[in-house]
Amino acid sequence: MSTLRRIALTVNGTRRTCEVEAREHLGDVLREKLGLTGTHIGCEHGVCGACTVVVDGLAVRSCLMLSVQADGSTVTTVEGLAAADGALHPLQEAFWNCHGLQCGFCTPGMLMTLAAFLPARPDATEADIREVISGNICRCTGYESIVDAALEAGQRMKKGA
Amino acid sequence: MKSAPFAYYDPRTIGEVVGLLASRENAMILAGGQSLVPMLNLRVVFPDHVIDLNRVAGLDRVELTGDVLRVGAMARQHVLEAHPDVKARAPILTDALRQVGHFQTRSRGTFGGSLCHLDPAAELPGIAALYDATLHVEGTNGRRDIPIADWPQDLMTPNLTSDEVLLAASLSLWPQPHGYAFIEFARRQGDFAIAGVGALLTLNADDVITRCAIIVVGMGARPIRLAAAERLLVGAAPTADAFTAAAATARAYEALSDLHASTSYRQHLASVLTRRALEQAVFRCRELRNVHA
Repeated sequence: MSTLRRIALTVNGTRRTCEVEAREHLGDVLREKLGLTGTHIGCEHGVCGACTVVVDGLAVRSCLMLSVQADGSTVTTVEGLAAADGALHPLQEAFWNCHGLQCGFCTPGMLMTLAAFLPARPDATEADIREVISGNICRCTGYESIVDAALEAGQRMKKGA
Repeated sequence: MKSAPFAYYDPRTIGEVVGLLASRENAMILAGGQSLVPMLNLRVVFPDHVIDLNRVAGLDRVELTGDVLRVGAMARQHVLEAHPDVKARAPILTDALRQVGHFQTRSRGTFGGSLCHLDPAAELPGIAALYDATLHVEGTNGRRDIPIADWPQDLMTPNLTSDEVLLAASLSLWPQPHGYAFIEFARRQGDFAIAGVGALLTLNADDVITRCAIIVVGMGARPIRLAAAERLLVGAAPTADAFTAAAATARAYEALSDLHASTSYRQHLASVLTRRALEQAVFRCRELRNVHA
């Protein structure tokens, strides 16, 4: 069975190529073939949201996308949020400021979901935020501080725009 | 939690898709992947061949012609959710889409994938049934059109032969103004609904119901049109008593039982949600009638 394929994709602004098995999902390839372990793999059946990355501008569960399907795509992972000089992204600043994380396992998924959502909706209400992150499970914070961080991030992004 | 190996194909035309389906044993079609990939990862399914529709051109088209909305099988849920024609002509579809999975799954999830997967709790097969959709499929013997009533053959089993693929669904939209509501009950936002109800209705100038369609999802193995309730309501005034009587008919249908809810609970829920959906639909119908007047 010919299951190996060579794929090329742009990850965090850099063109990367690698050989993948058809059954390997994008999250595994990011972590194991491209060394980007910021993307966390939780449930692997699309429920927890920890593995969320941005593919061609959309928040996507990387455990539910085959890596071969990402051939030719532009992918942003949590490693791509901060600037090259290490300056934090407004989302990261807001999460830091509002204590939007504890253990940090869900954080990359939260950040990438919001990175896809907030640019078009920086004035989203608390209810909007809660709906959008309903696809990301956090077992530490009780969500309050994450919602605060998301609201603050929206305002920071608006100011920076 | 990793899929078993399979051969992967990403054809560019429907002809190639049908050719692959006809020549490969134990093949499965991959659309948005938001149901199939979890099943692969959990090893609930073991296809030898996976045929990906994502690079087939034109399957994602959404076209409004008169009162018919033709939704391509690969139209993404997030695209439909934001589509101005859908919002203007079939706002119940916009409302239902907001309850399909999550923000992140709607990025890739498709209309046709949901129709073919046929999860009993899925919203989109219910919407297709509400609009008396016609499904267009293609196989080695050419194309055929299937009325939505004949689409579900059994639990999660669409009326497709092993060499056929869904191309699109044509929804017969209702004239404006009409009332609409899609309400579902789930433990958490984005969870599979324990039950959900969609309702469409129109009122004439004398406030009499002239047309009505009601669908229940999550209760039976397939979406259930409440035909008896629809008959009760057409020609009636939209009163609380009429709605209670119509909603009571929802209890008569066979209902699934699982760890989330028993049969009798689902029947009760279907009845309560039907009443609420009718109330909301009438409220909106009157509101829209005033806007259009």
